[in-house]
Amino acid sequence: MSPPKPRHGSPLLLLPIALIIIALAVLFAWIGGWFGNKNVTPQTMVNTAEASGTQQPGVRRAHAKGICIVGTFAPTPAAAQLSTSRVFSQPSTPVLGRFSSPGNDPHSPDNKAAVRGMALQLKTDDGQEWRMAMNSFPFFAASTPEAFQALNAARLPDPATGKPDPAKMDAVLAAHPEIKKFMAWSKSAPTPDSLANTRFNGVNAFRLTNAAGATRAVRWSMRPHTPFVAADPEQLKTADRDFLAADLDRRLAAGPLKWDMVMQFAEPGDPIEDPSKAWPETRPETLAGTLTLVRAEPQVAGPCLNLNFDPLILPKGIAGTDDPVLHARSSIYSVSFNRREREISTGNLHTGSVR
Amino acid sequence: MNRPRHFNLLARVLHWSMAVAILAMLFVGAAMVVSLRHREFLLDLHRPLGLAILLLAIVRLVNRLLNAPPPLPADLPRIQVWAATASHWALYALMLAMPLIGWAMLSAGGYPIVLFDGVNLPAILPHSPAIYGFLRPLHGVLAYVLFFTILAHLGAALYHAWVRRDEVFGQMAKGD
Repeated sequence: MSPPKPRHGSPLLLLPIALIIIALAVLFAWIGGWFGNKNVTPQTMVNTAEASGTQQPGVRRAHAKGICIVGTFAPTPAAAQLSTSRVFSQPSTPVLGRFSSPGNDPHSPDNKAAVRGMALQLKTDDGQEWRMAMNSFPFFAASTPEAFQALNAARLPDPATGKPDPAKMDAVLAAHPEIKKFMAWSKSAPTPDSLANTRFNGVNAFRLTNAAGATRAVRWSMRPHTPFVAADPEQLKTADRDFLAADLDRRLAAGPLKWDMVMQFAEPGDPIEDPSKAWPETRPETLAGTLTLVRAEPQVAGPCLNLNFDPLILPKGIAGTDDPVLHARSSIYSVSFNRREREISTGNLHTGSVR
Repeated sequence: MNRPRHFNLLARVLHWSMAVAILAMLFVGAAMVVSLRHREFLLDLHRPLGLAILLLAIVRLVNRLLNAPPPLPADLPRIQVWAATASHWALYALMLAMPLIGWAMLSAGGYPIVLFDGVNLPAILPHSPAIYGFLRPLHGVLAYVLFFTILAHLGAALYHAWVRRDEVFGQMAKGD
């Protein structure tokens, strides 16, 4: 005997099924930003960076010009009390890094860049990894990624005039007054005449946790052993577009270059989540170690070119804060990395376009 | 060989728990790539959840190969039998491939593969921009393929439960 045939339901029930499927699809598309996302996204920020100058394939969307660097980091005994990270207990950690100039042009002239970058990758013997991306400015241009995006968008040429619209910039500065402070720094601060005597600042705040479980908010900086010498603005005008790389090679041929890594500790009430506000210079500091660079090489075939120096790649014992700019940098660098690696993969490259 | 009337308990537990995990994974993935503020938090969820799905998918595949599934209704049109079989194997392929591609892609990108704070997985591919530049978009495209296959699977399950009112939905929803 065969079992009784089940009673079929009304075909009209296909309607709620279709509605459930469509609702899920719409929700997924909304979460994925296909529509309705009025927020600034990492993609919109990278689009703006690409529009800041002719974007060449296979190169970074920002800080495109760079030099690979190689060296070591040796911690001080005091550093081991700050964080359980192996970087602070291992006698010496190999360092791969990159000096960079801002903008999306891998051939940008060194003598026109007011800002320089230093990115580092430290891999310890416990398999942990620390990447950092520092800059020569003492504080970031804006409090939030949205304000930074507004600034960069206002700098783009207006399609009608071919020049940035001053009214747009005025509106951005009125809405985000902290940017004026950065512009004032950028106009007045003397530019060091070498990468070797440039101080690099982490700018964003991080948290160090030690073996006792104590956690402190810090900002770090790399302070050069090489004495500061300001570049002569007149000489800078006629300097070679690659004078920084030539100077670095000359100095490294004479011997290693060193920077002290200094941790600055926040006190209660300090703006931990606002990288546009430097903490007072009177805050306690600890010398955490010394970075020694021994070698530099062009990035074109160098080991630093296809690394994403994501500042949220951190070893155990070091964590990010809720600084929104720190998190945005991680998101934006990832989009830039994905785009340029894809261009390399699909062969969409002009040979020799990368210096 | 006698075919069972229902999927066995392990298959049912894995099916429903992985349904939740995979849907969560797809939404986390879609959100993290467009987020300025929550990428780190979402990525820290995405990697261990992806490894868990890979391990569960292996257990599930072995269980599926060792235990015959309950039969489809004898009167099911052949095109629907074909669609059911093809989509089930596509789901198996994708739930195994997606975590592996994710792991391979991070390896090729030169990234540390962080499972938990202080615990990293080994790289399964050498650092290679060309491979990363291929695998990263593939991971995104296949995520959409997986999502649409799951929607089709859900639609078919509800069709069996509400319109055909046959035994198919109960085979995965209930035990013997």
